Amino acid sequence: MQVFPFVVVVWILAVGLYGIVTSRHLMHLIMCLIVVQSSTYVLLLGVGYRTGAVAPYFYDVPVHTPAVDPVVQALALTDVVVEAAVSALLLAFAIQAHKRFGTLDPHELVELKG
Amino acid sequence: MNQLPALAVVVPLLMAAAISAASPLLRGRRRLLDGAAIATSVAVAVMLAVIMVRTAHGDEVYWFAGFRASRGVAIGIDFTAGPLSAGLACLAAVLVTAAMTFSWRYFDEVATYYQALMLTFLAGMAGFCLTGDIFDLFVWFEVMGVSAYALTAYRPEERGPIQGALNFAITNSVGAYLSLSGIAVIYARTGALNMAQIGASIARHRPDGLVVVAFVLIISGLLIKGAIVPFHLWLPDAHAVAPTPVCVLFSGVMVELGLYGVARVYWSVFGAALGHRGAITGIFLAFGLLTALVGALFCFRERHLKRLLAFSTISHAGMFLAGVALLTPLGLAGTAVYVAGHALVKAALFLCTGIILHRLGSVNESWLHGRARHLRVTGMVFTVAAFGLADLPPFATFAGKAWVEASAAGRDLSWITVVMIVSSVLVGGAVLRVAGGVFYGLGDPPGEDPQMAEQASEETSETMPSRGRTPLSMIVPAAVLVLAAVGIGVLPHLGSVVQAAAVRFQDQAAYNATVLGGAHPAHPAAAFSMEKTGLTVADVASGAGSAIGALLLALAALYWRRLPVLRRGFEPGAGLVRPIRAFQSGVINDYVTWIVLGIACLGGVMALAFR
Repeated sequence: MQVFPFVVVVWILAVGLYGIVTSRHLMHLIMCLIVVQSSTYVLLLGVGYRTGAVAPYFYDVPVHTPAVDPVVQALALTDVVVEAAVSALLLAFAIQAHKRFGTLDPHELVELKG
Repeated sequence: MNQLPALAVVVPLLMAAAISAASPLLRGRRRLLDGAAIATSVAVAVMLAVIMVRTAHGDEVYWFAGFRASRGVAIGIDFTAGPLSAGLACLAAVLVTAAMTFSWRYFDEVATYYQALMLTFLAGMAGFCLTGDIFDLFVWFEVMGVSAYALTAYRPEERGPIQGALNFAITNSVGAYLSLSGIAVIYARTGALNMAQIGASIARHRPDGLVVVAFVLIISGLLIKGAIVPFHLWLPDAHAVAPTPVCVLFSGVMVELGLYGVARVYWSVFGAALGHRGAITGIFLAFGLLTALVGALFCFRERHLKRLLAFSTISHAGMFLAGVALLTPLGLAGTAVYVAGHALVKAALFLCTGIILHRLGSVNESWLHGRARHLRVTGMVFTVAAFGLADLPPFATFAGKAWVEASAAGRDLSWITVVMIVSSVLVGGAVLRVAGGVFYGLGDPPGEDPQMAEQASEETSETMPSRGRTPLSMIVPAAVLVLAAVGIGVLPHLGSVVQAAAVRFQDQAAYNATVLGGAHPAHPAAAFSMEKTGLTVADVASGAGSAIGALLLALAALYWRRLPVLRRGFEPGAGLVRPIRAFQSGVINDYVTWIVLGIACLGGVMALAFR
C-alpha cells in the first residue's frame, strides 16, 4: 500500500473545508464543497488500487490476472451521480440567492439570524 | 421470497415518477395527484406496519435480486427489517400522510413537484431505516437529503427559504461526504460493505486507529443530520423557512433518523469491536445532554413559533442521544417510544402552527398574543399536545422518558434525570406559554424583538390567509396524531415488547447470524441485561411534576411583569441577545467552522478513549 494517495486525500479534504470556512462568495463556496467531495473519489479509488493490476474487465485475460477492485469504482460512480444532483440543486439556489439578495456573499445574506 | 420490504421503497419512488410524468397531462386536476400521493403514503404505512408486526419474533432479510449471502460472505445488497427499523419507517409514512392531508387545503396552488418530492423523501427515509448495507445508508441519506433541501426551498422566490435551504444543504452535504470517507476507510480495512460482515470482520481484533477514525467519520455525518450541538445550527434556519407540513417531517422523523443511523451503525457494525466501553456512554451523554440544555434555553427565548418548535426538537434530539448512549436495552426501548411520542406530538404542534398561519397570517408570538381566541379547537389540540411535549402521563413521551431515566438509574447515572427534567420543563414551558398567550390571551404579550418580528412577518406568503373556518382536513390530522400519542402510551405490555425488540437490535451476534447465515437465534443476548418495565408511582409523579413545572414556568413567563418584586422594563437574558445572535448567525461559514470544531472534539476524545 502506498501512503501518497492518502496524503493527497487528506490535503484535498482540508483545502476544501478551509475554502468553505473562509469563502466570501457562494459560487466559490459550492466549488469548495465539490472539492471536499472530490477527496472521496481519490480515497475510494486509492483504496481499490493494486500495483500492477489490470482494469476489471475479465475478458480475454488469463484466469488469475490481478485486477483493481471494481466495487470502489461502482461506488465512485454512484458518488458522482449524487454530486451531480446536489451541486445542481445548490447552484440553482445560488442563482436564486443572487436574484433575491443581489449579492453572493454569505455574510450579506441576512434573512435568518438568532 | 417476500418482497414487502423492497416494495415499501419502490412504490413511493415509482409513484413519484408517475406523478411527475402525469402532472402536465392533468393540469388543473390537482386533487387527483393529491389523492394518489396520499393513497401511496397510506399504502407504504400499512406495508411497514405489517413488516413491524411480522418481525416481532425475528428480523427479516431481503436480498435484492436474490443474491443471498453465501458461506458467510454477503455478495448482494440487503434490507434488514426489524420492529424498530420498520416501526420508525412506519412513523415516517404516517407523518407524510398527515402532512399531505394537511396540505390538501393549506396550499392554494401546489407546484406539481411537491407531491413527487414528498414521496421521494418518504422513500429515502424508509430505505434509510431498512437498509443493511453501509454504502446504501449513505445513498439513502442523500436521497432523503436532496428531497429535503428542495422541499425547504419550496418557495424559491423568497429570501428566507433560499438562505435556509443553502445552509441546510451545505452543512448536511459536508456531513454526508465525511460519512462516505468513513465508509471508504472501513471498506479498505474489511473489503465489505454489508454491515453484518464488516462488524464480524472488525470484531476479531482490538480496535485500531483506522476503525476509530472510520467510526468518528461515519457518525459525524449522522450527528449533523441529528442536530446535535454544535452541529445543529442548520436546523432552526431550515425549519423557519420550510413550509409547515414539511417541518412536520423534519422535526418528527428526519432528525431522529440521523440518531437512528448512529444507533444502527453502532450496534450492527462497530459495537462488538469497540467493546461497549464506558467511554462511549460518557462521550455521547456529554454531547446529548449539552444539546438538550442548549436547545431548551434557545427554545425558551424564541418568539417565532416555528423556530421555537425547531429548538425544542434540538433539545429532544439531545435527550434521544442520551437515551441511546446508555447502551442498555431499556434505554434504547425508552428512546424508541420517546421518539414515537415526540414525533406525533411535535407533528400536531406544527400542524396547529400551520393553522394559525393559515387563519391569522403570522407566526410571531408577540403579535399573535390573544388573537387566536376564536380558534378554540386548534387551541385545545395545541394545548394538549404541549402537555404531551412536557411528558405528562399517559403520553408516550412520558413512558419513553421514564424508561430512559429508570435505565440511567440502573447504570448509576441518575443525575441525568435532573438535566432531562430541566430541559423538558423549559421546552414544555415555552410551548405552554405560547398556548396560554396566543389561544387564551393570558398575561402580557412577551417583549417584542424587532428582528424576530421581521422574520416572523416574512412567513405570510406560505399559505393564503383565510378568514373563514379552519378546514377539517387541517385540524383532524393534528387531533388524530395527539390521540395516537396518548394511545401508544397506554398500550398494554408496550415496555416489554419494545425492550425485546431493543435487545434484538443490540445483539450483534444474532444480527450477523440472521444476515449472513439466515438463522434466527431464539434467545438473543444484549451486552446489558433486560430491566423491569413497570412504571412506578414515582415515575408518574416525576412526569406529572415536569408537566406542572412547565405549566408554572409558562404562567410565570406570562405574568412576571405584574410581579411587584421586579422593576419595570426588566427583561431576563437581555444581555445574551448579542452573543446568541453571533452564534446562530445564519452565515454558512460559521456553521461549517462549528462542524469542523465539533468533529475535532469528537475525534479527539474518541482517540483518547481508545488509545
